[in-house]
Amino acid sequence: MNDWVEIGKLSDIPRRGARCVKTPLGKIAVFRTATDEVFAIDDQCPHKGGPLSQGIVHGAQVTCPLHNWVFSLETGEAQGADEGAVRTFALRLDGEKIFMDANILLAVAAE
Amino acid sequence: MTEKLVVIGAGMASGRMLEHLFDADPGAYDVTLFGAEPRGNYNRIMLSPVLAGEKTYEEIVTHDANWYAEHGVNCQFGKTVTKIDRNAKTVFADGVETPYDKLVIATGSAPFIIPIAGKDLPGVMAFRDLDDVNNMVAAAEKPGAKAVVIGGGLLGLEAAAALNNRGMDVVVLHLMGHLMERQLDPAAGYLLEKELESRGIKIHCKAQTKAILGEERVEAVLLEDGTVYDADLVVMAVGIRPETRIATDAGIAVERGIVVDDAMQTSDPDILALGECVEHNGMVYGLVAPLYDMAKVAAKTLTGAEAAFKPVQTATQLKVTGVNLYSAGDFAEAEDREEIVLRDAAAGVYKRVVLKEDKIVGAVLYGETGDGAWFFDLLKRAEPITEMRDTLIFGQAYQGGAQLDPTAAVAALPDDAEICGCNGVCKSTITGAIAEKGLTSLDDVRAHTKASASCGSCTGLVEKLLMATLGDAYNPAAIQPMCPCTELGHDEVRRLIVAKELKSIPAVMQELEWKTSCGCAKCRPALNYYLVATWPGEYEDDNQSRFINERVHANIQKDGTYSVVPRMFGGLTNPRELRAIADVADKFNIPTVKVTGGQRIDLLGVKKEDLPGVWADLNAAGMVSGAAYAKGLRTVKTCVGSDWCRFGTQDSTGLGVRIEKFMWGAWTPAKVKMAVSGCPRNCAEATCKDVGVVCVDSGYEIHFAGAAGLDIKGTEVLCHAKTEDEAMEIIVALVQLYREQGRYLERIYKWARRVGSDSIKANIVEDTEKRRYYYERFVYSQKFAQVDPWEERVNGKDAHEFAAMAEFGMPQAAE
Ligand code: SRM
Ligand SMILES: Cc1cc2nc3c(=O)[nH]c(=O)nc-3n(C[C@H](O)[C@H](O)[C@H](O)COP(=O)(O)OP(=O)(O)OC[C@H]3O[C@@H](n4cnc5c(N)ncnc54)[C@H](O)[C@@H]3O)c2cc1C
Ligand code: SF4
Ligand code: FES
Repeated sequence: MNDWVEIGKLSDIPRRGARCVKTPLGKIAVFRTATDEVFAIDDQCPHKGGPLSQGIVHGAQVTCPLHNWVFSLETGEAQGADEGAVRTFALRLDGEKIFMDANILLAVAAE
Repeated sequence: MTEKLVVIGAGMASGRMLEHLFDADPGAYDVTLFGAEPRGNYNRIMLSPVLAGEKTYEEIVTHDANWYAEHGVNCQFGKTVTKIDRNAKTVFADGVETPYDKLVIATGSAPFIIPIAGKDLPGVMAFRDLDDVNNMVAAAEKPGAKAVVIGGGLLGLEAAAALNNRGMDVVVLHLMGHLMERQLDPAAGYLLEKELESRGIKIHCKAQTKAILGEERVEAVLLEDGTVYDADLVVMAVGIRPETRIATDAGIAVERGIVVDDAMQTSDPDILALGECVEHNGMVYGLVAPLYDMAKVAAKTLTGAEAAFKPVQTATQLKVTGVNLYSAGDFAEAEDREEIVLRDAAAGVYKRVVLKEDKIVGAVLYGETGDGAWFFDLLKRAEPITEMRDTLIFGQAYQGGAQLDPTAAVAALPDDAEICGCNGVCKSTITGAIAEKGLTSLDDVRAHTKASASCGSCTGLVEKLLMATLGDAYNPAAIQPMCPCTELGHDEVRRLIVAKELKSIPAVMQELEWKTSCGCAKCRPALNYYLVATWPGEYEDDNQSRFINERVHANIQKDGTYSVVPRMFGGLTNPRELRAIADVADKFNIPTVKVTGGQRIDLLGVKKEDLPGVWADLNAAGMVSGAAYAKGLRTVKTCVGSDWCRFGTQDSTGLGVRIEKFMWGAWTPAKVKMAVSGCPRNCAEATCKDVGVVCVDSGYEIHFAGAAGLDIKGTEVLCHAKTEDEAMEIIVALVQLYREQGRYLERIYKWARRVGSDSIKANIVEDTEKRRYYYERFVYSQKFAQVDPWEERVNGKDAHEFAAMAEFGMPQAAE
């Protein structure tokens, strides 16, 4: 069963932007697209660890700030010729409020 | 355990071999690659265009650091292997021993240096690698510099034309009676000589070089007949010799080259060799096409597959812009041979096809080379030409009744006709890729098939194939779109932003029919800049379309921390600023404090959440952002000038400070770096900057379009100004013109190359009214730009950037 924890409000994140959620064992990047969809992925690029939350967001994709790999926010997969993926995490949007699965937070923390 | 493969020589042959090897079996070997040059593999044959200034080194790199990293290659560049120990199965470089299971020798060739007096003088060089090119470029910088090229073969003439292109006085000394005698017959050699002489290159055939003269460095070249040519630079391009020394020392069989069998195996079964260093069936090779065939075979041999190298005929083209020359096969005269010759003196065309028993054995084309591939194809396939003999020399278009246009002629080539000699790509491979992968441009074809990606001389053929395959869908003149989100190029987008008064990114995307919903990381920052520059005071900057550095006004580092560089106007600082920097470094535990190459101080390793705190303290001491991250004004370096220096002619420090104070905060298409030197000794290095000033007794010499990063380029002189005020106005107007015309990420030197220095001078120097107009537009836009972004953020702007949205502590023990 899902145990949802509130992590913040939609307006906390700029459109086409991202914010981080800190967990004891690493950051999760939470994105808001131009159309107010939200996505959460690891804040660490599989290439050389670039903080994906700092990238440019376009459509449901983000470009890593360090060497421009592009990731799908939906699947976490690197796009184009690059190979790699980040974990994606489920979010729930209830009105303004954004929720994340507490079990995921625990799982991330427990790894 | 994975076997260890050691490769000696990071050149074109081994590079291609590694590509095939990784394609076939990426995990087969742990690869260690030694290269004597301090860099990885690049397209050596394109050194000529680099020397001519038509291409940059970056454009000819074939394998970059990413490629090597992706394939797990352990790169040992700048390391020469000095010994192979075949018993222990190790190689030595720099005294370090590296073990191998399989070894590949691909050491290429060494240029042949004629053993004459003076050959070791500084200024005498070969033409083989990038260092040679850089040395030649440096020598060509000196105004009025003279070059003597010894050797009128392919390499020598490419060097001569390139140096001539760079403004040097060039003489070519050639031992034989006519140029390129190995590839050309005397008639074509004569036409070539005429063409080169018309460009101002002096050609001296039958020239026996006796000695190179000079004390400290080269001064002249002396011929046996007593002629002396002055020289600041001597290029020896008289031939190459397979580089076999380490193989000989190791007791591997070596004749002229390292002896290999059909599988590229040397006399030692664990050692392979390929490239120019080898000899196969008594032949050595000096063009890439056969070497690439060797690369295929060697990769197969390494993965245990069967393969045999079969030498094929090669064709040659001279890579000198504006000279069309093609030769293939053997064209010596002999009793059993006939020839067909076509001359058109007015058009400067000469074609000669040599026949033996009704088959083509050689062809030389000068002036018009479009049929080269067709002749070469007939030659390789030993096609009897009896039926078309009467019209053969007119080319493919005249065969088979109706006259074909050039595109149709290419379309009519057989499927297995070779289009790209360098990479051995045949017609059907290209047309197949166009159809299957939906390729639409030359770049696409290069990326997918490698055709036209090496020397580029088959570009015309590939374009015709694109045309023949795609019909109207192919438009070679099409402008390069900004990015895949649009068909429009940068200039078109800028023009439409002004014409349609588009004032926001969504408006641009809507009106100009963007193909994606919200652009991409390429177009959005460009659009944001164009809008900022076009509508100062009206356009609201779109922070989310800026790269992270410009969004948070600090430079992101590899570990996700940031660096902070405060402005030090003109490189001047004082105890108060230095104290504040020291204090802030202590207070926030900033690990590295470094003096930058731009005359200021960098604080590196600042945590993102600490940025506002660091800025607050720096602001308190009167410092603002140095914009070390910005596509905008970076630094204005200065020297001490007339205030202190015994040679200073003007107040260079003062002018530098004045420029930086006036211009900071301005966004530009790419970064802008400036410098002001107090005299021509130029201690502030003004002559490699985007804009530079060299003070002289009579005033200020204003320079522009220099570069010292990826490219190195001395500045051009824009004009001379009598007073500081005049200098200011010129510099500001120049930058404003660039802000309005430059494409995003195009530095000033590239912009100047694109639009032409003359057009810039016409606007800024010759027409003082226009100059004033641009000056005033800059002044207007600065009203909205000179706001310290640090201060804004200290006061709360974009606070969301600097704090996490939520934080979770250590979890309760999960059940
Ligand atoms: C800090 C500094 C090196 C140093 O420790 O001295 C530096 C550091 C960086 N340089 Fe530089 N460059 C620095 C002086 C230079 C110089 C020398 C100069 O300015 O006199 C050059 C050659 C001159 C020139 O630009 O023509 C230089 C040519 C480059 C280039 C190549 C630009 C080009 O168009 O060829 C890049 C790459 C780019 O901009 O795309 C680059 C990019 C970078 C970046 C921004 C790389 C990046 O994108 O993260 C580095 C940021 C590190 C940081 O966080 O501070 N840096 N860089 C220097 C800062 C100067 C300053 O005070 O602002
Ligand atoms: C200016 C120029 C123009 C050319 N134009 C054409 C052209 O138009 N068409 C064409 O087909 N060919 C052309 N060529 C020839 C072509 O570049 C060569 O045939 C090709 O590069 C040879 O490949 P290779 O791998 O055998 O040797 P290289 O590419 O020379 O690579 C050998 C590498 O091994 C390194 N090396 C040597 N000894 C050691 C050692 N002991 N330890 C470590 N490293 C070592 C060398 O430094 C070098 O980097 C041109 C060459 C030049 C220089
Ligand atoms: S040269 Fe410039 S870009 Fe390269 S590592 Fe040094 S600071 Fe970074
Ligand atoms: S770290 Fe993300 S692309 Fe290199």
